[in-house]
Amino acid sequence: MPGKLKAKIVAGRHLPVMDRASDLTDAFVEVKFGNTTFKTDVYPKSLNPQWNSEWFKFEVDDEDLQDEPLQITVLDHDTYSANDAIGKVYIDIDPLLCSEAATVISGWLPIYDTIHGIRGEINVLVKVDLFNDLNRFRQSSCGVKFFCTTSIPRCYRAVMVHGFVEELVVNEDPEYQWIDRIRTPRASNEARQRLIFLMSGELQRKIGLKVLEMGGNAVVGYLQCFDLEGETGLVVRAIGTACTLEKISTLPATATHPSNSSPSKDMKEPGFGEEAPGVPLSSGPPTPLRAQTFSSFSPSKSYSRQSSSSDTELSLTPKTGMGSGGSAGKEAGPLKALLRQQTQSALEQREYPFFTLTAFPPGFLLHVGGVVSARSVKLLDRIHNPDEPETRDAWWEEIRQEIKSHAKALGCHAVVGYSESTSICEEVCILSASGTAAILSSRFMQDGSLDTEHRFEEVVPPGCGFCHIPYDELNIPFPAQLTYCYCCRRYKVPDVLFTTIDLPTEANVTGKGCLIQARLCRTKKKAQGEGNATAISNLLPFLEYELHTQLMNKLKLRGMNALFGLRIQISVGETMLLGLASATGVYLTALPSPGGIQVAGKTPSDITYEQHISNMQKKINDTISKNKELHEINPPEVVEEIIGSPIPEPRQRSRLFRSHSESSDEVSELDLSHGKKDAFVLEIDDTDAVEDIHALLTDSPTPAGFYSCNTEIMPGIQNWTSAIQMFTSVRVFRLNANLTNQGLNKIFSDLCENLLKSLYFKLRSMVPCCLCHLNFTVAIPEDELIQVAVTAVAMSFDKEQSLENGKQSGEKTLIKAITENDEQLQFNLELNAETSSPNPLSSPKGLSEVGSHPSARDRCSSWIEQLKLKAHTIRRGSVKTTSSLEKASPLPEGRSRSLRSNRSYSGSSVAVVKMTPLSFIPGAKIIKYLGIINMFFIRETTSLREEGGVSGFLHTFIAEVFAMVRAHVAALGGNAVVSYSMKECVFMENPNKNQAQCLINVSGDAVIFIQESELESTSVQTQSATTHTSNGGEGT
Amino acid sequence: MSVELDVFVGNTTIMDKEVYQLWLNGYTVNDAVKVRIEGGVMEECEASAEVLLSDTMDQYRTFQMCERLLHHPAKLANQLLFQIPPDRQAMLIERYYAFDDSFVREVLGKKLSKGTKKDLDDVSTKTGITLKSCRRQFDNFKRVFKVVEELKGPLVENIRQHFLLPDQLARDYAAIVFFANNRFETGKKKLQYLTFQDFAFCAGQLINNWTLGAVDNMTEDMDVDLDKEFLQDLKDLKILITDKDLLDQHKSLVCTALRGKTNVFNEMEANFKNLSRGLVNIAAKLINAKDVRDFFIDLVEKFIEPCRSDKWTSIDMNLYLTHYTNSAHILDTFKHHAVWTRYMGVIKSCILKMYHD
Repeated sequence: MPGKLKAKIVAGRHLPVMDRASDLTDAFVEVKFGNTTFKTDVYPKSLNPQWNSEWFKFEVDDEDLQDEPLQITVLDHDTYSANDAIGKVYIDIDPLLCSEAATVISGWLPIYDTIHGIRGEINVLVKVDLFNDLNRFRQSSCGVKFFCTTSIPRCYRAVMVHGFVEELVVNEDPEYQWIDRIRTPRASNEARQRLIFLMSGELQRKIGLKVLEMGGNAVVGYLQCFDLEGETGLVVRAIGTACTLEKISTLPATATHPSNSSPSKDMKEPGFGEEAPGVPLSSGPPTPLRAQTFSSFSPSKSYSRQSSSSDTELSLTPKTGMGSGGSAGKEAGPLKALLRQQTQSALEQREYPFFTLTAFPPGFLLHVGGVVSARSVKLLDRIHNPDEPETRDAWWEEIRQEIKSHAKALGCHAVVGYSESTSICEEVCILSASGTAAILSSRFMQDGSLDTEHRFEEVVPPGCGFCHIPYDELNIPFPAQLTYCYCCRRYKVPDVLFTTIDLPTEANVTGKGCLIQARLCRTKKKAQGEGNATAISNLLPFLEYELHTQLMNKLKLRGMNALFGLRIQISVGETMLLGLASATGVYLTALPSPGGIQVAGKTPSDITYEQHISNMQKKINDTISKNKELHEINPPEVVEEIIGSPIPEPRQRSRLFRSHSESSDEVSELDLSHGKKDAFVLEIDDTDAVEDIHALLTDSPTPAGFYSCNTEIMPGIQNWTSAIQMFTSVRVFRLNANLTNQGLNKIFSDLCENLLKSLYFKLRSMVPCCLCHLNFTVAIPEDELIQVAVTAVAMSFDKEQSLENGKQSGEKTLIKAITENDEQLQFNLELNAETSSPNPLSSPKGLSEVGSHPSARDRCSSWIEQLKLKAHTIRRGSVKTTSSLEKASPLPEGRSRSLRSNRSYSGSSVAVVKMTPLSFIPGAKIIKYLGIINMFFIRETTSLREEGGVSGFLHTFIAEVFAMVRAHVAALGGNAVVSYSMKECVFMENPNKNQAQCLINVSGDAVIFIQESELESTSVQTQSATTHTSNGGEGT
Repeated sequence: MSVELDVFVGNTTIMDKEVYQLWLNGYTVNDAVKVRIEGGVMEECEASAEVLLSDTMDQYRTFQMCERLLHHPAKLANQLLFQIPPDRQAMLIERYYAFDDSFVREVLGKKLSKGTKKDLDDVSTKTGITLKSCRRQFDNFKRVFKVVEELKGPLVENIRQHFLLPDQLARDYAAIVFFANNRFETGKKKLQYLTFQDFAFCAGQLINNWTLGAVDNMTEDMDVDLDKEFLQDLKDLKILITDKDLLDQHKSLVCTALRGKTNVFNEMEANFKNLSRGLVNIAAKLINAKDVRDFFIDLVEKFIEPCRSDKWTSIDMNLYLTHYTNSAHILDTFKHHAVWTRYMGVIKSCILKMYHD
């Protein structure tokens, strides 16, 4: 009996009127955990009942504590008929199970009903007494910390990064069990909500077990998704990176340990501090554990583990060369499972050297190869045992193997910034995975911690090391154009770099970055089954190819040479495929300057035609120079590549090693480089090219004062103020039938552009500001509908970029120091470039034949000079860092603003909760992580018109979801959610029936932060931060 | 091809003051967009009409969702659905409860009933205020009326606490409630020259001096109903005009005091008895609810108009009323000093406020 869960129902407020006669409500509450239910007394005739119940105690296994949510149902008592449900609250107990997270859940939580939305609030108190369980055979993994953040959380230090963890559970979807009977919306929705809560809990527990087994104590970059397969089931899957984290104890003790810690907490503390490393890594885990991990979710089903049958897979073509994954994928289930677990626990030869992290501790990321991706089309109705996870496991297995082999082909041993996704339409499912092939330092993989001081004694020159090619120059798997690094001049770098990770903090960047999107629509014939899947498989490579051409062209148009945070989403519908690629373009100082774009016509006889072309060329050139100015790109090179000079064309392939399981050998034959055509020449003879050019030129620039990126931070902007605004925007567009590809493209592109324009307009009061982490998701909810959802955060910054000012910005001190350092470096380099003779080396041509170059001497001298300069700046940078760590001096502008906002919020009786998709809060220091927030809601209506139509319905629902996230964070004692994301927004409507339904899944990390300016009074502040919510709760 | 759904939800609810005002003024989305385009916001922010339309619709939707909360402003502060900074909340409430003087003049003193609401389209045509806005303002009056009707304690304070309104606005609402409760006639042609602020001032005087609340501060309706006992006592003042000696004595005292101090002395002397009868008769009749309604029209007809035709200045008026009030206390046979002071204090300040063009 390892745990005691205690819950107390205090009061309710703003309850709906349930009795029309009296205009009042006789409310009572049912508290349910597992199979135990308690009830409060009926509080008659009140909309603000005061139950003040006793403590309801549940004595449960910690396994159940992890899996089950606490269910609170508020009902209206009715003497004559059945009691009416007012609504429910699901409380995830998980944050209470971890010693370092929250200790109590207390506060006003919205009472939610899937039909009526939020109906009042309930004040509850929840605590857990956890008894230490040292049983190695246990099924629970209490104490493993989960973070959505895809970097090492701010107040922790990575002792070890163990590697990839994944898990997948399947169940029948309750929505599809009503087929014979009449569906009752509320019952069905609630069953679904509850099931997903349960499955998420189970998934987290199982992943936790794997982490413990690997010797870790935390999962970072935890990404959980669910697939609504329809009749074949409901899949919840998750991936993450297992780590051993250590709390950085630079803060006063009061900050990390709230004074109100319960005795149980003290018991837990040593338990996990000591225990986690104690779990032996080499001695294999006991068998019962493994069996459990792969048993089906519903125990009633007998599990037959006869492998994943190959006829569900469309990938019949045997893989050649790098396709080593084929055989592994076909292994029998349990055997494979066993194998996988063992290899995973063995650090040396791990099966998937994948990391879901996108930002790394300094010195961890050595080299980046490029983007690797794999897709596969599957038929859901061919799954033999839909209730078992084996088939899906095998599918992902196959894809991961492919990713791994791609990484290997790029000379890399690891994949970072790794993510997986699906798109489902009827019975067809596209599985996608992508990441960035990389070479990592072994330091974090072996036991033995890294001291903070060592960070700056890094041998690899900061700022360009990661750009150096990891693959063998003579044995490149694709034609690539290499030059010597423009920073250190020692190693080779590619001409363009695509990655899925965040811009490394140490990277040398020239100017600012910007959001770059490639958008594409392709029609396809309506088809069924295998034919449909084949058609989709055949379309995919072209789709990807065009997306990359677009990306590349847009990158060139902005005068940039690298993409970060690349995310390609392919969505499948009945009659079309949608592709959306988003990334943040930057100019990496280490990489060569991109050439221009040349327009060429095939028939140069006609004069007007020639004029037309030259006009277009001029337009493009103008745009490029305008863009360069806009993004402050003044590369140190003096000799600019003359536009149009023939350059071997290796581009898409070089950066993007992508494939597609259906046709992987086809892919390797597919010439992605337009044959022998010039790299940057756009032929405008065919309509496609004209369209391309138009697409290029119609992208309107961001309005003055705005910047945008889809990564965490924008290079070149440091002095953020504390003003942030997180938002979600959703648009659904109805198409006309019979549109051509071009027409569709235009519409889709306009849809995205207009959405961005609307965002800029909405947020105009925050200028100067940057939209960070712009995360677009597209979907085809039904035929002729395109849905685009965006979640991002707008952050204001101070225009004055004086270095003096940039000094403090506290919790980011380190990063700041580095970026600052960069800036100086950059500056110096610029100077250097100016003073040194015009360097002909910058011509890509020259670089290919280094030895024969006449001015090699010049190059050497400038190179040495640069090294000196760099050494100098590094030293300076480190000095600065230590000084700023010692004392965070307040920034004048930022402070005044934060004070103002504080003052204005203080009067509210509801605690303010900030939300951001980023891992940090500008101008503030995160002092505690309270646990993961992972919530799933369904909302349905049968009175769509009355609720303001589809927009009114969704607007309310999203606002409600925000409200519930904020309330739960506040109840945990937090004042912000970081790494927030809306992972799913499934919207279905039936206007004729006046009905609509929407499912939303959100996640993030609940944290306590304190403003930089208030850091001096840390202890007091922490106290008030933790007691804030209870205060708010009482202030009715 | 059309945008089927278009929403924007911020963690902190974004509300544009300008659009809010347009919404409050009852503009349709399209009209609001037109106004915004004319306002030049497009050039300022490089936006298109499409963007403006989307933003306006979105804002309108947000306001509609908030409207429910604005009906109970206290809820706005502890609701969880919208995260709105307190200064914004205050702005939302204040503007929602703000009203047009021209509108309030039309309904002031009328019963806040369904019947009156039905006539709002006439008011809308007359004032040029949109029907939607008229309805909002009317419903606000009615809502405030309903809530404070059942509350004990001072009227202004109750309104301020329940509706979180700034002091001045709370006082204006108190006046509206007071007028609606006592059904004062304000619509007659002769009263048209009076502004809402004139009436609001008078209401404040009446509330502070003539209601139950002026003597006892813990009863229901204390500030909305006039003190019945006081009204009864007012009848005793009749002696000032019925007793001929007293009337003459009063006149001579006033005239002595005013001689040489005003340019309209002769007219004043000639009119004294008429004016005095007018004021005392008003006092004596106030016990009848019907005559209470005519309080303002009576003041104008019986006192203000005669004075105005004699071209009294405000200074003359002030002088006259001061001495008229004070002289009564010197009369030996006049015993009702307290009632007289209570009555004349209000009458004097009301008349002074109302005595303008």
